[in-house]
This record gives sequence, structure tokens and C-alpha cells, in this order.
Amino acid sequence: MKQIVIISGKGGTGKTSITASVISLLKNHNLAIIDADVDASNLYILLKPSIEKEFDFYGGLIAYIDKLKCVKCGKCISVCRFDAIDSEYNISNLCEGCKFCYNVCDFEAIEMKNRFSGKWFVSNTSYGKMFHARLEPGEENSGKLVSKIKEAAKEYSLDKKIDYIIVDGPPGIGCPVMASISGTDIAVIVTEPTLSGISDMERVSNVLFTLGIKFFVVINKFDINLENSQKIENICKEKGIEVIGKIPFDENVEKAIALTRPFAESFPDSPASIALKKILEKILEKLN
Amino acid sequence: MIISVASGKGGTGKTTVSTNLSFLIENSLIADCDVEEPNVSIFLKPEISKKEIVTLFYPEVNKELCNTCGKCSEVCAYKAINVFKKSKSVFFMEHLCHSCGACTYFCPQKAIFEVSKRIGIIEYGRYKDVSYAGAVLDEGNIKAPQLIRELKKRIDKTKNIIIDAPPSTSCSMVAAVEDSDFCIMVTEPTLFGLNDLLLAVDVVKKMNIKFGVLINRFRENSDFENILKSKNINIIGKIPFDIDIARMYSRGEILVENPKYRDVFLKIYENLKKLL
Repeated sequence: MKQIVIISGKGGTGKTSITASVISLLKNHNLAIIDADVDASNLYILLKPSIEKEFDFYGGLIAYIDKLKCVKCGKCISVCRFDAIDSEYNISNLCEGCKFCYNVCDFEAIEMKNRFSGKWFVSNTSYGKMFHARLEPGEENSGKLVSKIKEAAKEYSLDKKIDYIIVDGPPGIGCPVMASISGTDIAVIVTEPTLSGISDMERVSNVLFTLGIKFFVVINKFDINLENSQKIENICKEKGIEVIGKIPFDENVEKAIALTRPFAESFPDSPASIALKKILEKILEKLN
Repeated sequence: MIISVASGKGGTGKTTVSTNLSFLIENSLIADCDVEEPNVSIFLKPEISKKEIVTLFYPEVNKELCNTCGKCSEVCAYKAINVFKKSKSVFFMEHLCHSCGACTYFCPQKAIFEVSKRIGIIEYGRYKDVSYAGAVLDEGNIKAPQLIRELKKRIDKTKNIIIDAPPSTSCSMVAAVEDSDFCIMVTEPTLFGLNDLLLAVDVVKKMNIKFGVLINRFRENSDFENILKSKNINIIGKIPFDIDIARMYSRGEILVENPKYRDVFLKIYENLKKLL
């Protein structure tokens, strides 16, 4: 069982389109699929999972003040560092569940309740089992939710002798990214030849280096700016990162989104699909 | 006045919109709140006049005073501080700590004190008439929402503030858009764009923030606009699909410096003024 995570640093570089196409190209293998972008997930649009099991996710605690017991002494407000308690003793969403107020209250007026942070799903797709989630809008703990579905996917994969776990990662370099890349065999950074794409790729690759994770770079839409693509190759060479392939700009990719299918499936002979096939071959070679 | 620019989906054009609007709005300050992947300075190219290190408090245990009573781990909701009575040791895991201060407060021995540890930096500068403040999260750190809130505390409130928010709909996005007078939500006319836009709209509605949608890479004869209208979503402008814009973006150029695109943004700004 090998795990491949697709990340980017910058959003909108093509992670999800590429992940879905990688999955469709690996159709003849036993796959488990994870959508680790739990607060703006899109992979389901292309893979059309039918939900088999659904679970509530409680990411932490939230304080609740019993107004009948509260004497408004102000002690809780004075210790809360998250400005989560207003002057009327209402708790806002800023509460991080630290229990400081609960522990400090002399009148036992504060209770800690489980905080509902989202749902996670185990679903069936025509490519394999899919593990995905929906974070409640604006909730924290996206990292924990990602860890939760990764755990479930791993357990399933060990049991069912899965060949590959394919993970569609979130943008950025924060909590959910850290949770997505932890324990992976390989990470693939999808970047684009824009100055923002380059800067974001450098930051996320530094994180991967620090964690000692093996990774490669794919330049998507490389022909939109050849000069910047060259710049990416130079930076990667300097840092000892392998650019494992380049994908040309291809209108079929956007057309495939409108058709709600992976582009490698709808347009197998299109330039993007041909390039991706080569990249995937190389990745598998590196993995095995 | 605070205007935030958010999106849900990444790569829809938040930074393009925020940087270009900052040139049109008088007395403006652009605050880069995408602290994980900050890009405003690539476009604005500000001259940096000041840098500050941002820290959070973390507990440190004085071993001579500690009698391993276990009170600290008892009050810690995150299991960040653990006491092993047998080996008389205290083990602290920084990445789990929320810097709430409870362990320090409750330690009967007064053996815990707080030390500052760096999570990132904030830089200040300007380009022409546009002031700039941007926060950069240290690579490997996960305290993005805390850094965003710190940046917002420190910026000059007498300015008209434009906030470049991070993508997604999570706690970082909330930290960036909270307290704004208006949120511009940038989307693209794809199913991905629509899906994430609707999630982000949910968030700003919950927060009671006025908002309008800006459609980027707009193509005539697409029914995207009608879909938004049918959901009663207010459209405040459109930026046409244009390969030259994509090229200028890739080189980190400002669009309003070109008369052809200046008009597009002026129109958006006019619409925005009516709503404020």
C-alpha cells in the first residue's frame, strides 16, 4: 500500500482536476481515495460518490454558561484569552474550548459541551472507496478532521489490501496540509508558472523538506509563461527537487469540469491527458 | 472602513482584486491576511519600512519548583502538557498548545512561567499612495488564525483597509473577514468556483457581513450569472476572461496601471461605493 498526496501551496493550480485524472488512470488498481480539502471540497463533483456511511465529527469543546448559576463576577471574562465571552456572558464561536473559564468559575456555572465541527463520509465511487468530509463553515479543527478520515482510510486499506491511497490535499501550508502530508509515501506539488505559484511552491516545499517527505513538482499550464516555467525548473534544480513533468494549458481540462468527469477520462488523447499519463508512470516507478 | 476579499476556492483572483482596488480607494491600506501563502507583495512591490516578529506565549516549567503534582495536565484541555509522576518529569508538546494560560494560572507551585515564541512576522511598507501590511507565517507553524488576528490588531485603523483573505471557509478565513464592513467574494464560472462560493457565502451570512460577488474570468453567454441571481446573490462586477490578464498576473503586474483594465476596476469600485 502506497500513499500519494497532491498539494500545491497556492490554490487553483489544478490539484483536484489532476487528482481525479490520476485516479481514473489508476482504475485497474485497488484504490482508496481521500479528499483532504475538507472545507472547500471539490473532488466529489468529478468522482460522484454515493454515501455509504456518515459520521458526526466533534473537534473539541465549547463552553456554555448557565445564566441561572452565573453571578456575573467577571472572572471568566478576565482569564479568557480568546475574547470569547461578551459582557452579557454569552460565548461566541471564538471559544477554543480551553476550559480555563470552566476551571476558574467559583459557582460551577460553566459547562463544557462537545463542539459539532462537521461530518465525514465513507462512500462508493466507480474507482474505489472514498473518504471525505465537510467541515462546518468557519469551524476550526480542519486538521483533526483530515487526520480522522486518513485514519479511517488507512484502516480500510490495510484490511482490503489496497494498492494506492490517493489524497487530494488542501491549499496553503497550515494545519490541514500538515495533517494531509503526515505519513505519506510521496507528495506531488502542482504549481503554475506565475510568480504567486512559484512563491507558494517554495514555501510548501520547505515544509516538506523539514518533515523529510519525498516529493516532486509538476508544472501545470507550463506554456502560459515559459520564462516562469524555466524559473521554476532552475529553483528546483538549485534545491535538489525533481520536476517530474509539465502539463500544457488545455481547454479540455475546464470542459471536463463542466462535464463533471476527470479530464483523462473524457479527453484521453488531449495534450493534458497525455502529459499526465507520462508523469504518473514516472511517479509509480519512483514509488515501487 | 474595512473591505475583505474572500473566495472559498483558491486561485479565483482574490489577490488580483484586492491589490487593484487598493490603487483606486483613497487613503488605502492593503493587509495580506493569507499568511500561509502571502502574495500581495509580489504585485504591490512595496518598499518595506518595518518588520515585527509575532510571538505567542507558551508555558515553560521550572524543574526546581515543580513537584509533579499534575495540576497542569489536569487543567489542559489539549493534552499539551503531561506529567509523569514516576519519572518526575513534565513533557510539553508545543503544537498542541493553544496558549490559553491555564496551566500557568493554576500551578500551585508557581513553577510555570510563560515565554514568547515566534510564529511569524508582520511587515509594513508602501508603494505610491498604497500602504501595505502583511503577515507571513513561519513555515511549519500552524497558528495562522492567531497571526491573522494579530495583524488586524496592529494595522492603522484610520485607513481604508482592504483585506486579502486566505482561501477556504475555515477558521483562518473567518479570522480574516470578521469585523469587515463588506466582503467581496471572488468566484470563477466553473462548478468548483460555484460550489466553494456557496460554502463561503454561508460563512459570511452567518457572520452577518454584507457581501457581493465578483465573477472573474467571466465569459459571455454562460448561465453562471443567472444561477447566482436565482440564489438572490448580489453581483457587484465582472472581470472578463482575457488571456492578457492571465499573462500580466503571471508576471506579477498591476492591471489598473493599464487604461484598458482600469475601467473594469473603476466600475467595480463604483458599484462597491453604492453598497457601502
